[in-house]
Amino acid sequence: MSKRIGADTIELTSRPRIAAWSASAGQKEREGPLGDTIDYVLEDDLLGQKTWELAEAAMLRDTAFRCLDKTALKTRDVDILLGGDLINQIMAVNLCARELMIPLLGLYGACSTMCEALAVGGMLADGGAARRVLCAVSSHFSTAERQYRTPLEQGGQRPASAQWTVTGAGATLLCGSDYTPEGVIPAASLTHATIGRVIDYGVKDMANMGAVMAPAAADTLARHLSDTGRSADYYDEIITGDLGKVGRGLMLALLDEKGVKVDAARVWDCGERIFSPEQDAHSGGSGCGCSAVVLNGYILDRFARGELNRVALMATGALLNATSVLQGETIPGVAHLVVIEKEDAR
Amino acid sequence: MNGWKTSRQRDIEQRYLAMVERFTPNHAMAMNITRAFLWGGAICVLGEAVSELGKAYLGLETADASAFTAIVMVFLGAFLTGLGQYDKIGKHAGAGSIVPITGFANSIVSAAMEFRREGLVLGVGARMFIIAGPVLVYGIGSSVVVGLIAWVVGLFR
Repeated sequence: MSKRIGADTIELTSRPRIAAWSASAGQKEREGPLGDTIDYVLEDDLLGQKTWELAEAAMLRDTAFRCLDKTALKTRDVDILLGGDLINQIMAVNLCARELMIPLLGLYGACSTMCEALAVGGMLADGGAARRVLCAVSSHFSTAERQYRTPLEQGGQRPASAQWTVTGAGATLLCGSDYTPEGVIPAASLTHATIGRVIDYGVKDMANMGAVMAPAAADTLARHLSDTGRSADYYDEIITGDLGKVGRGLMLALLDEKGVKVDAARVWDCGERIFSPEQDAHSGGSGCGCSAVVLNGYILDRFARGELNRVALMATGALLNATSVLQGETIPGVAHLVVIEKEDAR
Repeated sequence: MNGWKTSRQRDIEQRYLAMVERFTPNHAMAMNITRAFLWGGAICVLGEAVSELGKAYLGLETADASAFTAIVMVFLGAFLTGLGQYDKIGKHAGAGSIVPITGFANSIVSAAMEFRREGLVLGVGARMFIIAGPVLVYGIGSSVVVGLIAWVVGLFR
């Protein structure tokens, strides 16, 4: 049963298993440093659909199916679907869920949604409310650009702090401790979740999301470590979602100010890793798909191969919308943290 | 929502925003200005050439040559946008390709293309001027104001 420890952390005592995972992404992501870890690469980022929005929904649906296909499970064997994306009213998840027919809880945490889904899913599986939970999130460059920025063909320059929305989707199947499908070896377990507080340090610049999210990331990590009584060294790696180069530097500086000791060499960012500097992504990748693709490929593959024992994954989100920015509002940030551990790393 | 910030929060913000400035890489301003100058200049030279050609070969008067140039340049901007090339120029040229009339065409055509899937009326029709609209509103608006001033001044001459 889930147990609250410290102020804001939840211990998942039965350690829900990560039984299957899958990620899809576009060509640009395929050409990045982690390209080989992506399960399925889209040949065409429109996926033969009429609109970018339908393309994103189809990518998410296919990713969910591919994840289930790795087990013998069917959609009816999954009790709850937890999903989110960046389109208004989480359009991609809603359209995809009408085909999956798994009871849906739609989530919105901007780019932090992968960890939000894992945290909620972990609690549902741990508490017995669901035997199996599918966490699936997506983002698409072309839907995000029109949602937040300018038309695709409009010619302008991006500032150096800007980030590039990842076209990608990730799905993770969480199973309660007695419900791992037969013959499936889980990669790892979820052991803790620390839910993020919304932090706003007054940044208004939409082209500097790393700066928006860094205070939330520093806050969540500091609270997690104090709640669990662990030092940062407990983790092989502390991985953030999409702070980018600018945001990672800021988070480390803020942690230093708080007096939290962190070995910078063990802290890395999915957004910074997913594209190489030559790929013109500036500060790095972003979007729900960013942490989702890296988790459901590179990170969980390494758990499955026994290369990792304990990881703190912290997806970060900038909670803006087109209206709030036009109205001159500062942008709040959030970061949710989940702890992933190897089965026998106890 | 007003006044949710305590004075402590405001202090934190101030210190943090200074920190953000330190961590955020500078725009390569000198480089960007040079590129904008060269690209913008090149587009204007092209426009000038079109105008001179119009005068030399089509026998256009100066005023007609200006209209002719505008038509040709808008077409070029729109055409390159349709081919998916104008945004690539824009990445290098910055303001150099936004400010000339070709950039105006780009802003309208790119929006029209983007919203085509929302239909011809509520998509293309309603959203086409999403970027160019403000330019038109304040461009035409300020020309009316200037016209009024010129009229009033003319009364006293």
